[in-house]
Amino acid sequence: MIVAEQKPLDEIQRMIAPYEKVLILGCGTCMTVCGAGGEREVSLLHSALRLAQARAGSNMHQFSEYTVKRQCDPEFIALLADRVREVDAILSLGCGIGVQVAAEHFPDTPVLPGVNTSFMGAVSELGVWDERCAACGDCRLAETAGICPITRCTKGILNGPCAGTKNGKCEANKDIDCAWILIYERLARLGQLEKMRRYYPPRNFRTIPRPRRLVNLVKADMGEEHG
Amino acid sequence: MAKSLFEEKLNSGKFIVTAEVGPQKGVDCSDMVHHIKLLKDKVDALNVTDHQSSVMRFPSLGGCLLVKELGGEPILQVTCRDRNRLALEADLLFAYSRGICNVLCLTGDSIDVGDHKEAKPVFDLDSVQLLRLIRTLESGKDMGGNDLKGAPQFCIGASVHPAADRIEPQLIKFEKKVAAGAQFFQTQGIYELDSLRRFMQYASQFNVKILAGIILMASVRMAQYMNENVPGVIVPQSVIDELASVEKGKGLQKGIEIAVRTIKAIKEQNLCHGVHIMAVGRESVVPEIIEAAGL
Ligand code: SF4
Ligand code: SF4
Repeated sequence: MIVAEQKPLDEIQRMIAPYEKVLILGCGTCMTVCGAGGEREVSLLHSALRLAQARAGSNMHQFSEYTVKRQCDPEFIALLADRVREVDAILSLGCGIGVQVAAEHFPDTPVLPGVNTSFMGAVSELGVWDERCAACGDCRLAETAGICPITRCTKGILNGPCAGTKNGKCEANKDIDCAWILIYERLARLGQLEKMRRYYPPRNFRTIPRPRRLVNLVKADMGEEHG
Repeated sequence: MAKSLFEEKLNSGKFIVTAEVGPQKGVDCSDMVHHIKLLKDKVDALNVTDHQSSVMRFPSLGGCLLVKELGGEPILQVTCRDRNRLALEADLLFAYSRGICNVLCLTGDSIDVGDHKEAKPVFDLDSVQLLRLIRTLESGKDMGGNDLKGAPQFCIGASVHPAADRIEPQLIKFEKKVAAGAQFFQTQGIYELDSLRRFMQYASQFNVKILAGIILMASVRMAQYMNENVPGVIVPQSVIDELASVEKGKGLQKGIEIAVRTIKAIKEQNLCHGVHIMAVGRESVVPEIIEAAGL
């Protein structure tokens, strides 16, 4: 899933400064799970902004709040038309994709990002997220025993560990496992070390001409269900 | 015909000695010029480091040109950290056009250990892919498959870490480097001979030259610092104890003694094909080491 972190309050205050009526818009999917912008965070941010405004002795902004099921889906965003008509700006707590879908849908309303979208990851322990995939477009997990060298090796190298690894950790950060030692150990355990002996050519960055698009006509034809 | 003077020496069977100079941060090259003049006739080739430890400096290519101008034999260190494949190819073409024909292919230290921590890490290629890129250029093609107008010819090397704490994955990579065309290896720092001996028992099956890396320790503090902060470096406790045993101010002398002793033992026991002396800022004592070691 997509993992993000809410921006500092003062940065948010600076962003919304020019606008009187602001809709704080949460997202019910990834941002809810990672705790950056679900219903709960929307309400907390709403209170924090109101409190800050009261302390400053101003009533410059009027806030409203709402959380859609998925901000990255135009079908859900479309349902907001009435609420958006009432405000001067949207403060989105969706990921960067949610912000852009909302901006595209409401061309006359400024949409501001309330979170810093960080990476795609998994939860490792309560409240801790780790990056696991960079969406490189050419998945190599079959060759690397299910451990991603693109995201988990600082250098994203493909032919084995650099000489900087020490105590199984990465040279860039003593707290982080060296991806290539993990890959080596798991391949050895699976009896597949020949996969590490193979030469892997440089990555083909053409698989990711930006922006990327994926067309899945079968699904589109079947009218994939939302919800 | 040999591709360079250095390749000729590698193939001559003599005990090879290389050293390195590190470019300064800034345009005043006087120290580097001094070190090059001091060392160029005492070694078989001089490496010029490429933003070592990810610290921005005068470029290795510029340093190699100086070595050339001053009549020495340069080894261009190239890392993949700062340049994508186009930039790497272009630099290599330029190097060859100026008579710089020895290249040490490195992945490069992580950006995080250096002094430009906010920079974008490139790593478009890794060291193995860089070795192969050079062989591709030699075949008259670039990486896009296009014809070159005039192809370069290089003597290429790489690094290996015989004292790594997990040696098996390093050996797998070493073999990939050999298969990619590496002709010589300059090892990471060697402080005790057992790991080198074990490595050579294995490496002697390959037709490549191994130069043992000798890092000059100037003090016990430097050894401890390197253990903690320099990627991959493992200075054994015995060496740290030895450096700590001398009175203050005598650390460098002790470090020289250790380096000389190590080099002599490597040569006498015929452990590998030569040594690569890394003095990290103390280049001026390298001639003393070379002389004392009887090289
Ligand atoms: S190799 Fe890594 S970055 Fe690429 S698709 Fe697979 S998991 Fe994602
Ligand atoms: S130490 Fe391991 S994870 Fe870190 S850059 Fe080197 S190979 Fe990659």
